Amino acid sequence: MSTATLTPKRSSAPDSSSLTAGQLPGWTTWVVGLASLAVGFLAAWLLTSSFSIGLGVALAAVVFLVAMHIASLTVEGGRRAADRLAKHIVIGMFLLALLPLISVTVTAVGNGISRLDPGFFGNSMRNVVGAGGGAAHAIWGTLIITGIAMLISVPIGLLTAVYLAEYGQGKPLARSITFFVDVMTGIPSIVAGLFAYALFGVLFGIGTVNGFAGAVALSVLMIPVVVRSTEELLRIVPNELREASYALGVPKWKTIMRIVIPTAISGIVAGVILALARIIGETAPLMIAAGFTQSLNTNPGSGAMMTLPVFVYDQYARPGIPREPYWDRAWAGALTLILIVMLLNLVGRLIAKRFAPKTGR
Amino acid sequence: MSQQTQAPRDRGAHSDLIPSKPRVGDKVFTGLSTGSGIAILVILAAVAAFLLLRAFPALTASADDIAARGYTSNLPIEGFWGWVLPLAFGTIWAAIGALALAVPVSIGIALFISHYAPRRLAATLGYIIDLLAAVPSVVFGLWGFFVLAPALGPLHQWLTTYMGWFPLFSGQASGTGRTIFTASIVLAVMILPIITSLCREVFLQTPKLHEEASLALGATRWEMITMAVFPFARAGIVSAIMLGLGRALGETMAVAMILSGQNRISFEVLTAQNPNTIAANIALSFPEAYDLKINQLIASGLVLFIITLAVNMFARWIVSRRAAFSGAN
Repeated sequence: MSTATLTPKRSSAPDSSSLTAGQLPGWTTWVVGLASLAVGFLAAWLLTSSFSIGLGVALAAVVFLVAMHIASLTVEGGRRAADRLAKHIVIGMFLLALLPLISVTVTAVGNGISRLDPGFFGNSMRNVVGAGGGAAHAIWGTLIITGIAMLISVPIGLLTAVYLAEYGQGKPLARSITFFVDVMTGIPSIVAGLFAYALFGVLFGIGTVNGFAGAVALSVLMIPVVVRSTEELLRIVPNELREASYALGVPKWKTIMRIVIPTAISGIVAGVILALARIIGETAPLMIAAGFTQSLNTNPGSGAMMTLPVFVYDQYARPGIPREPYWDRAWAGALTLILIVMLLNLVGRLIAKRFAPKTGR
Repeated sequence: MSQQTQAPRDRGAHSDLIPSKPRVGDKVFTGLSTGSGIAILVILAAVAAFLLLRAFPALTASADDIAARGYTSNLPIEGFWGWVLPLAFGTIWAAIGALALAVPVSIGIALFISHYAPRRLAATLGYIIDLLAAVPSVVFGLWGFFVLAPALGPLHQWLTTYMGWFPLFSGQASGTGRTIFTASIVLAVMILPIITSLCREVFLQTPKLHEEASLALGATRWEMITMAVFPFARAGIVSAIMLGLGRALGETMAVAMILSGQNRISFEVLTAQNPNTIAANIALSFPEAYDLKINQLIASGLVLFIITLAVNMFARWIVSRRAAFSGAN
């Protein structure tokens, strides 16, 4: 209770209660916030003589920060004021990051919804000039190429993760694999595309562009993601399970196949789905390795193959006249892509959360 | 090899027990998993080897050969390096701009999620930020071209008019807003979730005792963060920044669609004459390229590969160095 006798000396407001002395009352934030909004919009209107939301909010934010800082500085002192300023800036940063997310979603839905009709999913762009047409060829291409990429990268990624988690502990080979898998995560996607192009050029003649090449490019991007997520999951499988299995005389490979992997399977599946979500939106490598086409091609072994991201880019970059139908299709493709990626993310996270292995902790 | 020499010794110790049979399944499985581990190293080596193979003609081509294909820049250096240096500059310049914008915001968001937001909401808020990473880059490109660049036009005008004394903002403002400034903003948005999630992880790992001790000594929350959280997280923040840089360097489509670039070195970020980036240049020129041009583009891809490799290795090195020290908790 010594504080009660101390506070009156420090506090400037003698009538306030001892516990809240020297603090701004709770409603200050709201009052200052509303006031600075008003000031901000007024200033924006005076400056540009038109009503602009962006400028108004930006000015209001600055006014709010300054006003609150001064108020806090005079009533609460320097340390509290710095604390308050930091809090407001941190919250402001979060709100700032929401802006692009909201803006992207709103524009994609607003521009893309009009062409998201059955025709968009039923038709290709073969012989289509102007309005009409659709992305059927691109959707098929995306399904085939990502499917092949998955078939290549899941076994390699899974087995590598098994090696890292079960066999390699502490060995120099395992350490170098871990390091290079990390490095591989950072390969620019376009370099993966160039690699596939160069590889297929050497193997099947220069200029070979097909679905398999695209799948190889995507695999280079997908393998490290699968390895990382699977390895982490295998590591949290409790050792007691392995030891119990060994104690019953089960060989190591059977222990891994029957005990370790089934325990972690939901997380592994979730990791694969999240990896898929990452590669399904890749444009640059497919543009280079799988090429452009306007018609449906379901044979990954021959000829260019369209994919959804490349379709979006193609419709945007090479519009005919008038441009609007092309750009509408681009937005519809973008919206489809966002929906697919969000769905994959959601499913992956749900699986990971719902069926997470029991770690015994 | 070491495994084979170890196994008999193990068995030797228990020689009075029933000797275990040599198991085919074990051998096959060990071989398969080790093999695929090695396969990854082979793939990475193959990436470098094939790029080098196809890049070789361009690296050795004469300066006249390259100039004859219309690839020039405002540099006095001739040949391939005179062509690729401005592109490498543009790549790094755009990435640095993106980092300058993204790092403060990411650290702020990470702090908000780890130390400011209500505990129950934190996971959801983190997921919302992760959603930004789920948006494909081609969609960001569309958004930047149709929404952001036009919206930033007035800001370009204002900055060149009133802040033109600052060297970066000098020059004639671009009318379209398709500048390195806009491209950097979009890049910043794209690397934001990566830096944020890594920083968040590190901030959450700060020893609770350090934080509570600091609060118990009467520190405000901000003082606790600057004195307990930041010193602990410094290495983690640096590596998160480097990984974000690696991503920004390699980002292709968004830049290709937003930036209207030329092959030149220029530090002015608001004018219509912008440097291009390696990745965007490949994406834009590749569909129309033929013979030596393709080799040249692949060679520039190799340069990009080496730059990102160096950045990523540096980041991982910092992480691994820190991992050895983190016996604190």
